[in-house]
Amino acid sequence: MQSTMQSTSINAPSHSAMVRVTHWINVVSFFGLLISGIAILIAHPRLYWGETGNVEMPALLNLPLPFVLVGQNGWGRYLHFLSAWICVLNGMVYVLSGMVARHFLQLDESYNRSQRLTYLGVIFVVFPVVIWTGLAMSPAIVSVFPSLVTIWGGQQSARTVHFVLAVAAVVFVLVHIIMVSRSGFVKQVTAMITGRSKS
Amino acid sequence: MISRRKLIASGIGVIAGGAGLTMVARQKGLIPPDHNGIFGVGETLTYGAQRLLTAGNSMAREFTRADISQVPHPNGDPPHTDEFRQLASRKFADWRLNIQGLVARPAAFSLDELKQMPVSTQITHLACEEGWSYIAEWSGVRLATILDTAGVLPQAKYLVYFSLDASWWDSIDLREAMHPQTLLTYGMNGHDLPTGHGAPLRLRVPRQLGYKSVKHLSRIVVTDDLKGFGKGLGSSAPEAGFSWYAGI
Repeated sequence: MQSTMQSTSINAPSHSAMVRVTHWINVVSFFGLLISGIAILIAHPRLYWGETGNVEMPALLNLPLPFVLVGQNGWGRYLHFLSAWICVLNGMVYVLSGMVARHFLQLDESYNRSQRLTYLGVIFVVFPVVIWTGLAMSPAIVSVFPSLVTIWGGQQSARTVHFVLAVAAVVFVLVHIIMVSRSGFVKQVTAMITGRSKS
Repeated sequence: MISRRKLIASGIGVIAGGAGLTMVARQKGLIPPDHNGIFGVGETLTYGAQRLLTAGNSMAREFTRADISQVPHPNGDPPHTDEFRQLASRKFADWRLNIQGLVARPAAFSLDELKQMPVSTQITHLACEEGWSYIAEWSGVRLATILDTAGVLPQAKYLVYFSLDASWWDSIDLREAMHPQTLLTYGMNGHDLPTGHGAPLRLRVPRQLGYKSVKHLSRIVVTDDLKGFGKGLGSSAPEAGFSWYAGI
């Protein structure tokens, strides 16, 4: 009975309500994190390795960006942390409900092996380590858990790793959007909104 | 399907729960002064969560002399005022640190008087909100020592501190103020605090970002309410768009 559904080219997979709701909340929070992350970065677009780094010291990576304080950059941090709270709480709901529903173990044939590995890597490696390195830049958090930052070799190392993984997440999102477009943008987005897959 | 009655009931439940939580949080001092607006939601979650997490008076990381940065970046000039130039020209002999507000014994301390008190030294990391940082050794008096001398009254909740640079003032909750690493520093890397780094006195708050460590201190006011200061947001930081709490 099910097999007839899969007979025609590529069907958009059907998504549970939990997956659809958390997906769109994630879209909003990710966009907030990205915009504010850029504002924070260009306040000092140089990356270092170790504990410390400033304009008097050599950089590990001197990004070809201007030093800009966008309208003072305080709003960047306000937005970054608001978005981070939404992203983390939403992500926890997604992962926990996904575990209950065995979402991460299903071998959905809409996705091939490398796609599944990429998604699992983003969900269980990139996101957790981005959050970890974000927390490692907090002097208050590391006063309670110093190893959060010492494992990376210092606060500036954590900042650099945070940036590299943020770029990886952005690349993932871009590839994700390209692949959604190539397999039928309207059909896929409709499936992620309504949950129904029509062919 | 979810019935309308269920939806209304759970809606009321969420609102009542939220109101209850807010009341408890306010009582426990977990609400920051810049809690209004959409950004205030994130700010309140961050401040509340970190205050619960650091309730055991966690200590900022300390380093060794070998870790001290070769060139600590001062980031900015001392105030360009006649008052500051005059004070500096006499090596701050005429300068006083005033302690006022909810204290039993308001007082004014000279630099020499502060230097005669028990010295506390720390090698800590100072991170600017822009992203850069350095490590230095600071020496001075624990803020708690001064507050105990002045006798903080039981209703006190915050400590507001002002600078000779009129545009830069800030405040911290009493728990941060009484923390053993919160120092009134007059020395840096074995010398007198350079003017670029906040002479004659800089408050070091090592569990928060650099902008909480106000330079060129002049006055401390102990209070139970931040509403009467500036725009009531707790410091000059939120007035310029930055968060009041900077434990990040």
